[in-house]
Amino acid sequence: MERELRLMKGNEAVAEAAIRAGADGYFGYPITPQSEIIEYLMEADPYQRTGMVVLQAESELAAINMVYGGAGCGKKVMTTSSSPGISLMQEGLTYIAGAELPCLIVNVARGGPGLGTIQPSQSDYFQSVKGGGHGDYHLIVLAPASVQEMADFVELGFDLAFKYRNPAMILSDGAIGQMMEKVWLGPQKERSTASPAWATTGKTPDRKRNIITSLELDPNRQEIFNLKLVDKYNEIRKNEVRYEEFQCDDAEYLFVAYGTCARVCQKSVELAREQGLKVGLLRPITLFPFPVDPINNLAGRVKLILAVEMSAGQMVEDVRLAVNGKAPVHYYGRIGGMIPTPDEVVENLKKLITEL
Amino acid sequence: MKEVTGLKEIIKPENLAYRKSNILTDEIMHYCPGCGHSTTHRILAEIIEEEGLQQDSIGVSPVGCSVFLYNYIDIDWQEAAHGRAPALATAIKRLLPEKFVFTYQGDGDLAAIGTAETIHTCNRGENILIIFINNGIYGMTGGQMAPTTLPGMKSSTSPFGRDVKSMGNPLKMTDLVATLPGTYYVTRQSVHTPANVKKTKKAIRKAVQYQKLNRGTCFIEVVSNCPSGWKMTPTQANKWMEENMFPFYPLGDLKIPSEEPDLNSKTGKND
Repeated sequence: MERELRLMKGNEAVAEAAIRAGADGYFGYPITPQSEIIEYLMEADPYQRTGMVVLQAESELAAINMVYGGAGCGKKVMTTSSSPGISLMQEGLTYIAGAELPCLIVNVARGGPGLGTIQPSQSDYFQSVKGGGHGDYHLIVLAPASVQEMADFVELGFDLAFKYRNPAMILSDGAIGQMMEKVWLGPQKERSTASPAWATTGKTPDRKRNIITSLELDPNRQEIFNLKLVDKYNEIRKNEVRYEEFQCDDAEYLFVAYGTCARVCQKSVELAREQGLKVGLLRPITLFPFPVDPINNLAGRVKLILAVEMSAGQMVEDVRLAVNGKAPVHYYGRIGGMIPTPDEVVENLKKLITEL
Repeated sequence: MKEVTGLKEIIKPENLAYRKSNILTDEIMHYCPGCGHSTTHRILAEIIEEEGLQQDSIGVSPVGCSVFLYNYIDIDWQEAAHGRAPALATAIKRLLPEKFVFTYQGDGDLAAIGTAETIHTCNRGENILIIFINNGIYGMTGGQMAPTTLPGMKSSTSPFGRDVKSMGNPLKMTDLVATLPGTYYVTRQSVHTPANVKKTKKAIRKAVQYQKLNRGTCFIEVVSNCPSGWKMTPTQANKWMEENMFPFYPLGDLKIPSEEPDLNSKTGKND
């Protein structure tokens, strides 16, 4: 299957990209607004196309633990869900992080808390980038802002997950999952037949048995393991920061926004510049690792930073840490499934400027 | 240490009453004296060795007393979260269908926190073996009431005995999964006498062979004891188990293949 241009929903793009990336298995449970992913996969019959296993689990809890089992075999496995389902998966995610297994999770987020709304939201930021489950760990978190990135980040997510033996998450939202855009899909990759040395594939006489576990009763040894994880996360912070700057060169004011809000803020930058305000946008593409240095560098050159997000103010905390007092940092956002308009973002910025 | 004279002459293959399976590691088992786990581990290891399955076995260990099972049997292992072993095993078997995949779970793991995973794995007919050790108590955490604790039975969270009116009734998971179309072979055994050990070993061997046929889930309950949790000596515990557990959890097959399939498999000599 060759490189191909299609018009697709973000959710469908994830599904098709997974097949083309040579994924070995998908385990999921339906939840709005991302059920198209498992529907697409069931209809596409990837077992016939590539041998990829697709299974509808009895719960998100079972789905993430199927991912654990598959990942322990060294396979490229994934699951997708939306906020309430992702909360249920936190148990599995901390075990997967603790057992150092690679896998991909997609969160097509919706507003909470609780059952909340089925409309898009970015209120799962803390849960995604700070750990989510118990214990000291991080996911690698990618934030797509287009259907194209929904597709591209599937392969990138798998690559990073295997490079660092760490779960990777695509943190999307209901807007990007549901909207249709043109998307370039990569050519079909073959599923890998090689197994990592640590995978449980059956103990052969030439090696010791492989044990996938996160259990260590001796606190001395557990601390050594935890420090190894800390080193890994620092390595990820050093190597894997991804971000995009939009009209930042001469900017006096800076928006920081990811995903859907970055799309909104891109328009806000244009509107503000039409009104003579020199505004730029920094869009974090990786949320963990967070683009700390790029934000800190820009902070020395601007008068004001506005973090725009569809949460009650979560990413803004990381922006403040990155800015470290170099410039005033403000928050503007809409919550509960509402999306800010480009105009209201600009109005908010203008109000803050008059208060400077 | 004083050399035992003539030891080598005494140990001749024809005089050997018991040989430790090569699949069992030299790790000292952490189990309490008289516990059924170590016996069940031993026969499981023997089956894996006798059937030549070391290279093809992937086990999933639980949370509970047998959490360190992966230290004792020399095959590849995954350690699951509490109750989730059947979900792991589902994916392992689907991604590596040629392997022998099994879970080994206690009653708290399988019949309380993992009830949904157990039922749905059996209902999908995942082609795996589930070994279910039922001793009617949470052993590792110190003897709390389990879903399988008998009516009136004392535990640290039912100190005056299980009152079914307020604490609910014991759950017969094996009876429950036997009704599901996805299960192929369901049996309840024990390992407290040599005769019962032989029967359990035979059941495990059957399940290993059935898995090659790809006909559904095999489910083996081993009704077992917990001398420490029950606060009894091993002998008392076995007697109490016979008198109290077996009437409630009767031993025997609950579901067998309608026609015994042609297995064409080599059989071990220790049955």
